[in-house]
Amino acid sequence: MNNKTKTPLFHVSRRAALPWHKTWAIRGAALLLALVLSGIITSLVTGEDPFAVYGAIWKGSFGTTRKFWVLMQNIAMLLCVSLAVTPAFRMRCWNLGAEGQALIGGLASAACMITLADKLPNWAVILCMIVTSLLAGAIWAGIPAFFKAKFNTNETLFTLMMNYVATQLVAYYCVVWESPKGSGTIGIINPKTQIGWLPQFPSQKYLMNVVVVAVVCVLVYIYLNYSKHGYEIAVVGESERTARYVGIKVEKVIIRTMLLSGAICGLAGLLLVGSTNHTLTTTIVDGRGFTAVMVSWLAKFNPVWMILTSFLLVFLGRGAGEIATKFGLNRSFGDILTGIILFCIIGSEFFINYEIKLTRGAGKEG
Amino acid sequence: MFDIVSFIPRAVVQGIPLLLGSTGETLTEKSGNLNLGIPGIMYVGGISGVIGSFYYEAGKTAQDMNTALTILIPLGCCLLGSLLMGLLYCFLTVTLRANQNVTGLALTTFGVGFGNFFGGSLIKLSGSSLPSIIMTNTSNVFRRTLPFASKAGVFGKLFLNYGFLAYAAVAIALAAAYVLNHTRTGLHLRAVGESPNTADAAGINVSRYKYAATCIGAMIAGLGGLYYVMDYACGVWTNDAFGDRGWLAIALVIFTIWRPNVGVLASFLFGGLYILHMYIPSGMNLAVKELYKMAPYVVTIIVLVLSSMRNKRENQPPASLGLAYFREER
Repeated sequence: MNNKTKTPLFHVSRRAALPWHKTWAIRGAALLLALVLSGIITSLVTGEDPFAVYGAIWKGSFGTTRKFWVLMQNIAMLLCVSLAVTPAFRMRCWNLGAEGQALIGGLASAACMITLADKLPNWAVILCMIVTSLLAGAIWAGIPAFFKAKFNTNETLFTLMMNYVATQLVAYYCVVWESPKGSGTIGIINPKTQIGWLPQFPSQKYLMNVVVVAVVCVLVYIYLNYSKHGYEIAVVGESERTARYVGIKVEKVIIRTMLLSGAICGLAGLLLVGSTNHTLTTTIVDGRGFTAVMVSWLAKFNPVWMILTSFLLVFLGRGAGEIATKFGLNRSFGDILTGIILFCIIGSEFFINYEIKLTRGAGKEG
Repeated sequence: MFDIVSFIPRAVVQGIPLLLGSTGETLTEKSGNLNLGIPGIMYVGGISGVIGSFYYEAGKTAQDMNTALTILIPLGCCLLGSLLMGLLYCFLTVTLRANQNVTGLALTTFGVGFGNFFGGSLIKLSGSSLPSIIMTNTSNVFRRTLPFASKAGVFGKLFLNYGFLAYAAVAIALAAAYVLNHTRTGLHLRAVGESPNTADAAGINVSRYKYAATCIGAMIAGLGGLYYVMDYACGVWTNDAFGDRGWLAIALVIFTIWRPNVGVLASFLFGGLYILHMYIPSGMNLAVKELYKMAPYVVTIIVLVLSSMRNKRENQPPASLGLAYFREER
């Protein structure tokens, strides 16, 4: 086709592993670029000077004690969903169904709260909620996993579709259990008796979630890095053929990991319904299932770094929300800024994994 | 009574955005790019067209407006907006070899945010005195049907009663199917999606095909957003009104097993499933209607499972779908 021999201006090759400080320097630079870009765009739109904008971002998260705790709560929930998808991602199994798995977990706990409220004592209801929501999440992830293991069905697309099945199922029950009648929403469940409301620390409403998620974070870290299961996941992720060769049952690992992934999503749903909101809506997970994919990937599937990346995304999202309120803009402005930041960080990974050499003057074809 | 004559046109109108979205996504996926940014791109396409026509229509009456410009300005803006989104996706995934799932999801976050932000703030930003974004005049041009459609009875109602973008959507889908299956370009494109290594060895410029397919795909998908605002929604932009149609378009790609010509009828079927709940007599039980809305997704899952169970080679996703290509990697 093209018979001309031309020398490209530069040559791209894969890098050997960079030392960690260089990696993070590149990411830091990308983040800085993103902040400058979003500062410029915000001042163009609002006409304010960029530093006022950054001030507003900071205030959105740390302005008051309440804002700080809302920030912590949001980080905890995002981190929980991100922890859930990580084992599957390490196995190169793209579970994009965290949204649905968390939603179905929330549905299960709401079902227990509503139907068992006047039949069982409070502790038994809570026990049922925990069991059923974990189970529901696991089942929701287990179905695509089964078909992935058995027939190699594309799990990305399957889990994606399961999200909307879950959403409609929740929409159905929202109408079935609506209260007051005709509102189409469930409202606060058991507002008087508080049956099924998870226990909370008297001082801080949201502290419980933070503690639970912190524990889960440590457990997932240990599971992935220091257990036999975690090692099997890593091998399957690197090469399925190698895994088979050394005698790992790949199908079993896929199903087991996805069940775990779904169960942690179910836990997120349980916390959202039982501890934070005490109600159920179709949007209760609030897109975290998708944001979690980015959180997990940005942290290179490392649970500890994920604390940082989920903080970053929640912090910026809330900051952008604050800007929107302050300057009378639409709240979706936050999504635009989040998008810009993600693009910069996603792009920066290239410079971590590849190096560019100028080849000017070299006679070889690249 | 199930009113089939009124049901079919409504199903078609619902199906057209899905058809455009899925045709675009099919082209993209054939090049091995799993563009999960399609929902965002459709939002951007819609809002870009809205911004264009908003500024053109501002302060003009229907007589002042030039018909050609009324169509070309939103159309051009829409194509430009979605092209930029496609280029961004390509730059990140093809040139910088970033992960496609993450990039796509980021693109969706950005695109939906972009649409809702400008949808919610356009009036304030432009300092206009209008109460909401309504482009009746532009919409009337987009919705103009053939003059004899209303006289042709049931036939006219079923086949002639649509705006020009609807016919364009069907034509684009058929053209895409032809190009994919009956031309050398299509063969090369499929080769790139199945095995970029082999394609590269055969002298096909992998990056160029990926770029071209993804950008053209993005522009086609963007048209879906434009059709939705200008024709289906009568020129009224409401935030989040477009809903999950972008994901439904991706579902449709699987449902049609990567065949745009099948997509024509399948999109009308999906459109029908999408509005089926309005036509099914469910009495006082509103809850059941929510279950009917599940139908398109459940059907897609069944097709996905069945096609992987039968494991016929021509029914599989492109083999390198979702993987970045780097020549020096083995």
